[in-house]
Formats: sequence, C-alpha cells, structure tokens
Amino acid sequence: MVELSHDTRPIIGRGPPLAATFVTLAVASIVLMVADQRYSELERVRGWLNSAAYPVQIAIDLPFRAWNWLTGSFADRDRLREENLQLTARLRLANLQLQRFAAVEEENRRLRDMRENVSGVVERAIVASILNVDLDPFRHRVLVDKGRADGVFKGQAALDADGIFGQVWRVNEHSAEVIMITDAEHAIPVQSNRSGVRTIAVGTGDLNRLSLPFVTVESDLKAGDLLLSTGMGGVFPPGYPVAKATKVERSGKATFAIVEARPTAALDRNREVLLVWFKAPEPEAPPAEPHPGKAPGEPPPAGPQPGATAPSTQSAAGARP
Amino acid sequence: MSHGTFGRRILYWISVAIGLGLAIVPLPGWLDAVRPDLALLAVIYWILASPRIAGLGYAWLAGLFLDVLRGMVLGQHALGFLVVAYLTHRLQLRMRMFPIPHQAAVVMLLLGLYHFIIFWTDGLTGHGYTGWNRWLPVLAGAVLWPLIVAAGDTLTRRSR
Repeated sequence: MVELSHDTRPIIGRGPPLAATFVTLAVASIVLMVADQRYSELERVRGWLNSAAYPVQIAIDLPFRAWNWLTGSFADRDRLREENLQLTARLRLANLQLQRFAAVEEENRRLRDMRENVSGVVERAIVASILNVDLDPFRHRVLVDKGRADGVFKGQAALDADGIFGQVWRVNEHSAEVIMITDAEHAIPVQSNRSGVRTIAVGTGDLNRLSLPFVTVESDLKAGDLLLSTGMGGVFPPGYPVAKATKVERSGKATFAIVEARPTAALDRNREVLLVWFKAPEPEAPPAEPHPGKAPGEPPPAGPQPGATAPSTQSAAGARP
Repeated sequence: MSHGTFGRRILYWISVAIGLGLAIVPLPGWLDAVRPDLALLAVIYWILASPRIAGLGYAWLAGLFLDVLRGMVLGQHALGFLVVAYLTHRLQLRMRMFPIPHQAAVVMLLLGLYHFIIFWTDGLTGHGYTGWNRWLPVLAGAVLWPLIVAAGDTLTRRSR
C-alpha cells in the first residue's frame, strides 16, 4: 500500500497553489503545441531538447547494436564464405550490367545534352544507420544517426538498395527523423514505367501497401507495373523505383480506380539508408521547401496545415486544443 | 529532512527516465501496441507517495521529454501528463486509502483520459490513428499498477 506523505513543509510557503500551476503549465503546453505545429518557430528549442534526448536514444540503441555486432563477428566461417561467394557472383553480374549501363548512360547524357543539362542524377550519398528506437507504433518514422553536422537537410530523399525509402522530416544536430513513404501522412509523385501514367502514391500506414487514389478508370495502369519516382517537386530524384502495383480495380461507375502498390524498398528490414544529394530538375523552379511529408502537387489533406492564410485565422484555429 | 528530499527527487527522476527509455525500446509488433506508459505510472505513483515533492512541474517536464524523444508535437504528452498529475493531486488523499484493485481502476480512468488527450491532439494536428488497439496501453497500465506499487514501496522502504 502507498504510505502517507512524509512532507513536513509548512502549509504556508509551499509554493504556488496547485490550480494556478496547472493552468500556467496547461497554457504553456497549448502555446507550445500551436507554435510547434503552425509556425515551426521552435526548431532551435527542439534542437536543444533533442541534444538532451539523444544520449537516451543512443543508450536504447546500444544493446541492440552490440548484439548485432556480436552475432555478426561470431558468425560461422562457412556461412560467411557462402555469403561471400554469393556476393561475388552477384557483383560479377552487376558489373556486367553496369558495363552496358555505362554505355547507355553516356549515350543518354549526350542525347540529353542536346536538349538540357543532365539533372536528377544522384551526385552524392551518405549511409545513415537506423537507430533501434521506436518512435511511435502508429507512424512510420525512424531515427537515423546522421544530422545537421553531416549536412543532412529537411526534405532530403532517403533511398535503399531497392528503391525509395522516404524523406527527412526533422533534422537534429546528430540525428534525423526519416518519414517512410508508407506513413499515412506521406505522398510521393510516381509514374508507371510501362505506360508513363503519372499519379500520386499515398502512404496507408501499412508497411506493405501504398494507395494510389487519383488514378482514373481510363488510365493505363495494370497490376505488376513498376512505379518510378517522377522527380516532380524536387524532393526525390527521378527514375528510382518506388513500388510495384499489386491491385488495380475498376468499377464501371466510379471515376477513380482502386489501385494499390507494394513498396520496393525493404522498409521493415533495413538497417541502413542512403541520404542523397542530386541536382533538382530545372523547369519551373520547384519549391525549395515543400511541406514536410507532403509532396507538392498533392491536394490539401483533411488535417490542418500551415498555409497562406492570414495569421489571425491561424491562431484562432490553433487555439482550439 | 532536506537531504532526504533531495534523494527522493533524484530517485523520482531516475525512475521516470527509465520509464521514458522503455517508451522507445523497440518491441515486437503486438507488444508494441500494448506497451504501458511506465513513465506516467511512475509519475502517478510518486505523486501519491509524496505529493509535495513530485509536483506538477515534474510531471510536465517528464511529458515534454517524452514528446522530444518520440518526435511528437511539443507539448502534447506534456499536457497529458499535466492533466493526469493534477487529477492525481486532487484525488490523492482518497486514492491512498483505496485498496489496490480500486486504485487500479482509478489509474485506468486516468490513463484513459491521458490517451484521450493524446488522441484528441493527434486528431487536431492531423495524424489521428483511429484503430481500437491504440487504447490497449490503458488496460495494460491498469493491470501493471499493482506491480508498480509493489516495486515503488520496496524502493522507498530501502531509501529511507
């Protein structure tokens, strides 16, 4: 049973009354929420707080990392050799394809040079490890171990070996939060590799499923189509695989088909992602800072969003919580 | 008495820090959804044990730190912690007299309110998840409450 308080401070001089403290702190939280959500004024404050939180996150990650390291370093010799053989074989194959690719790329570059300068090709990438930290069971976000100190910026594209992984959502000094393409708040412009149909792939909150809600029934899209990034909006480099269409359902009356796709990137199995720099496509000057998580060109979502509305209406709406 | 108070403060912060750490430890799928709010349970327990040391500011800061750790809108969990702490303060004289199952029931109500606040602010900031399993931690917390009390009682007895 809980024991009685051993507090012996006099009743007078105990500090401010409870209700006053409560109201003050409640107002403080609401102001914080509004400021953080609407005005992103708190980037610096959050930066400091994150620096304080980072050791905790590292401490949580450490045992997992140590375990991986241990199992890795004591792995069977045979297994390693086999793995090595497999990798060598794959590398040989990849090199073979690469030789052709180099020629094709050169040709492509020459052809493009006639028209415009080459853009959208990844110029530089850094490997970032995903920390074993669980941010929220209902959101698809991960924490990686590279941050502002490494040149990471908000809205930077994250890729893995098989396709597009997501984009940087928040940058701290030594870590960054990456939002995956399957997060329910994320949307990415895509294009069918086969037919060239352009649309938008929206996250569903399910790691194996993207939804394409804006495909009209007449669009030429089939199950099995590979969907590539278009590079529109300048967040993602164009031409990288995003997902494979798994289901295309058309019913006569509806305007839009029901289309689902499965991401090509190994979203739930990755330990590392690549954060990339590329030259954004030139035409019509894409917005430098798209709203995090939402690719430009996306119709406004249901939730509140900072927009171009007058500040007074914003603060009125923001004071609701 | 003063050095005792200081020791208690340290103890309270350490226990909450452990709870916060456990809030972001990766867990397998189903456990992840059930994950009880240990930091909040610790805050409730310490408020019941010594309300003048574990104040509202303590609860609020713990919640704020959780926001930072999980990358939420700043102030969201802070508000949740604050409301629960305030109600616990108001109820503490009564709650301390309750038998453990009765106490667990009140704790369940508090946790329910906390999750409702989180759910509400999630909705307002535009990322509500409406699945039924987001309410599982409420139940898990209530089930865990007797253990929290047992652990806390043992700790304080030793530290005295």
